[in-house]
Parts: sequence; C-alpha cells; structure tokens
Amino acid sequence: MLNDEDFGAILLTLQLASLVTVILLLLGTPIAWWLAHARSRWKGIIGAVVALPLVLPPAVLGFYLLVLMGPHGAVGQVTKALGLGTLPFTFGGLVVASVIYSLPFVVQPLQNAFEAIGSRPLEVAATLRASPLDTFFSVVVPLARSGFLTAAILGFAHTIGEFGVVLMVGGNIPGKTQVISMQIFNHVETGEYAQAHWLSGGMLVFSFVVLLMLYTLTPNPWRKR
Amino acid sequence: MKLFKTLGLAITLSFSVATAWAEDVPVAVAANFTKPMEKIAADFEKATGNKAVLSFGATGKFVEQIKNGAPFQILVSADQKSPIKLEKEALAVLGTRYTYAIGKLVLWSAKPQFVDDKGLILKTNRDFEHIAIADPKVAPYGKAAMQVMEKMGVLDTLKPKMVQGESIGQTKEFVASGNAELGFVALSQVIKETTGSSWMIPQDLYSPLYQDVILLKTGDSSAAAKALLDYLRSDAALAVIKDYGYDLPDWAKTDAK
Repeated sequence: MLNDEDFGAILLTLQLASLVTVILLLLGTPIAWWLAHARSRWKGIIGAVVALPLVLPPAVLGFYLLVLMGPHGAVGQVTKALGLGTLPFTFGGLVVASVIYSLPFVVQPLQNAFEAIGSRPLEVAATLRASPLDTFFSVVVPLARSGFLTAAILGFAHTIGEFGVVLMVGGNIPGKTQVISMQIFNHVETGEYAQAHWLSGGMLVFSFVVLLMLYTLTPNPWRKR
Repeated sequence: MKLFKTLGLAITLSFSVATAWAEDVPVAVAANFTKPMEKIAADFEKATGNKAVLSFGATGKFVEQIKNGAPFQILVSADQKSPIKLEKEALAVLGTRYTYAIGKLVLWSAKPQFVDDKGLILKTNRDFEHIAIADPKVAPYGKAAMQVMEKMGVLDTLKPKMVQGESIGQTKEFVASGNAELGFVALSQVIKETTGSSWMIPQDLYSPLYQDVILLKTGDSSAAAKALLDYLRSDAALAVIKDYGYDLPDWAKTDAK
C-alpha cells in the first residue's frame, strides 16, 4: 500500500521529531527555569516571545524563515559565512523551523512543573549544602519528572504534526524535507486516496496513543500549577 | 450595543446590495496565468460589471478539488489533459473547451548573467545548490521541465539539487527569494522582471503547453460565467495574453494580431 517515498517520509519524520525533542529539552529547560524563577521585568516579554508560535499562523513563521534563512537574510548570511550554505530546503532548516515552532509546547509544561515545586525544596537543599547544579539534578528533575515527560511527548508529537512551515520552507524533497504531513498533502492533491488513507490513519492512531500516554502516565498534565 | 446593531445592518446591506448588482464568477486559474488573468478579470469587471473571483494554484490540484465539489465555474487550465478529464467525468460542459494560450517555459535566475542563453549551466552543473521546478505530478510546467532535463540528459545529475514548488507560483518565489539559484518557470511570470537572467527553452525540448479553458457544470446556468468564457477570447484579452509572452492559438492568429 505504501511506497518507498512514504516509508522514507515516515523515517524522516521520526528522525526530525526525535532530534528536535532532544534540542528542545536542552534549550527549553533553562528558559523554563528562568521564566519560573525570574522577577525581571523582561519575564513578560520573554514569556510572550516563547508563546508566539502558539498563535502565529504557520504561514507567517514559514515566510519569515524563508526570508531570514535565505541568501539575502540575516541568518542566511551567517550560515553562508560559516560554510553551511543556506537552510531552506535542507533537513537542518526543518530542524531550526521545528525547534521554533514547537518551543512553547516544551517550555510551558516545564515552567509549570518548576513553578509547582516552589522555592521551599530548593532552600532546604541549599541549607544541606547542595550546590545549585546538584540541587537541580537530585531535587528538581525528580520532582518535575512528569513535567519533563509531558514536555517531551508534546514537543515530539507537535513536530510530527507540523505542516504549514514545512510547506513553505521545505521544497518537498524526498528523503530530506518530505515529511509525513507533506506526503499526505501530495497524495490527496494527486487523487491517491488509498495511500493518503494509510498515512492519515496511522497519524490518527499515533496521535491518540500519544495523548493516551500523556493522560495515563502523568497526573493532570494541563493543571500542574 | 447600538453601534454593533448599526454595524451589523450596514454589513448585511452591503452584501445584499453587492449580490443584487452583479454576479460573482468563481474561477480556478493555473498559477502560470496569474498576472494576465488578474488584468483580464479587472477589464472584464469594467466591461460587464460581473466580478471574476480568482483562485490560483496548480492545475492538477484544481482537478482534485473540482472532483470533490469545489464551487468553481470555470477552469483556466495549464494543459489540455485536465479539462478533457473533467469532460469525461461529466464535471464540465461539453463543447465549451478551447485553447486560450500556448505556454512558454524558461530557465530563470534572479541573478543577472547567471543563466546563459543556451542553458549550458544545466550541463556544467556548477555554481548552484538548488534548482526549482513545479511539482510534475500536479503542474504541467513541472512536467515540461522534467522533459527538458531528460532530453538534455541531465535529469539524473540534477535530481539531488531539485526542489519542488507546490505550484509554478511557489516555484518562482523560491527562485525570486534566491533560495534556489535558478528554476524552470513560466515566461509570463518573469517577462516583466527587469533584472535576472533567463534562457528561453527551445520548443523541441518539451511538448507544447496548450492551455485550455472550460466551463464547469456548476457554471452551466450562470450567464456571467459564459460571458467570461467569451471575454477570454476577445481581442482585448488576447492582447493581454500576447503581452505576457504566450503564443496565441491558431484560431486567434488570423484575426487578432
């Protein structure tokens, strides 16, 4: 039922989502920590910037990325100077786009988890002479475990479901930027409904399983305040 | 609250007035014909008072949308195959199809002096990372581009550098923004560009792009749709089509030059 390009798209999508999830956890954790504890007047601004991809149409994001990462854009100039070429139409470009696109889905659960812990356990750890780093790994991480889980699942799932941004900066290249959602779009637009059904059905099952995991593994993922 | 009521009334009134005066004709237009069609539709509205509501995209995609009940009344196609297909599936009105233009394919770059006038850059395969084409599955111009590369024997070497736009419109944007250094686009898209470089591809490298228009079943009862179908073959419309670099079909050549 599925052809080689479909399987290529599935593999590519999984690679993309895995890589993006790892990057987002590394990048999102310090941002979420800062947002949870900062008293700076910048907090509101940074929080809003992080949440922007939640409300921005993917077309807006895709358009800006295409312009910025292109050969005349600021980011494009930098990547060209570094000898990396330009990012649109490359796997690297999709990674950058997806990290931005899925950022709030990782930062917000983490921030909620950190805020729920409060400052008390940190103070106790400090009186026991734990270094901040030690405190983070032996106190915060275990306590925020469900927050991390939620963040990882949501970041992964949201990247898998990405479409609009990929459509604008991907160039539809098999094996490089042709992800599952793109492939479904291609099948539907050319009347290949059988393959579109297989891929879409797979996505439906996948999404349901992800949410089921989210609701059974973590208690109350949306109300962790 | 009173303000909202007045506003609501004004909006309702403006809609009903607009529909009472003129008929809207929803038209699906192949992306390569975007610029000339915008001009023709504006002239048409001036001449008849009817408004052509234009949607642009790849021809193949419109065929799928029409099959699924899209409310277009006319398809301005980039090929002959798609309208014939719709005829066969009884989604279009028999006897209304005619060729309105013959498309021209060009290899184009936004950079001056980049594409040479013999297309040798395709053979040397240097100085570029990406070459853009329209998705050959849904866009006739993409299919023509594939034919050109195949005839020149460069298809296999260029394949790793190929990026696909979902229509010829997006393909041109990829090249115009510089993200792809060059690409196969329609002459009509770049004929008014003042910079850049291009190669007019010889006709013997691809099958002629006869572009047909057809009245769809949904437009059978619309006088405005029929008027637009007629207007597209008027001298005024043919002049616009010619101005954008298309060849005129044989029936038009004798009386409209």
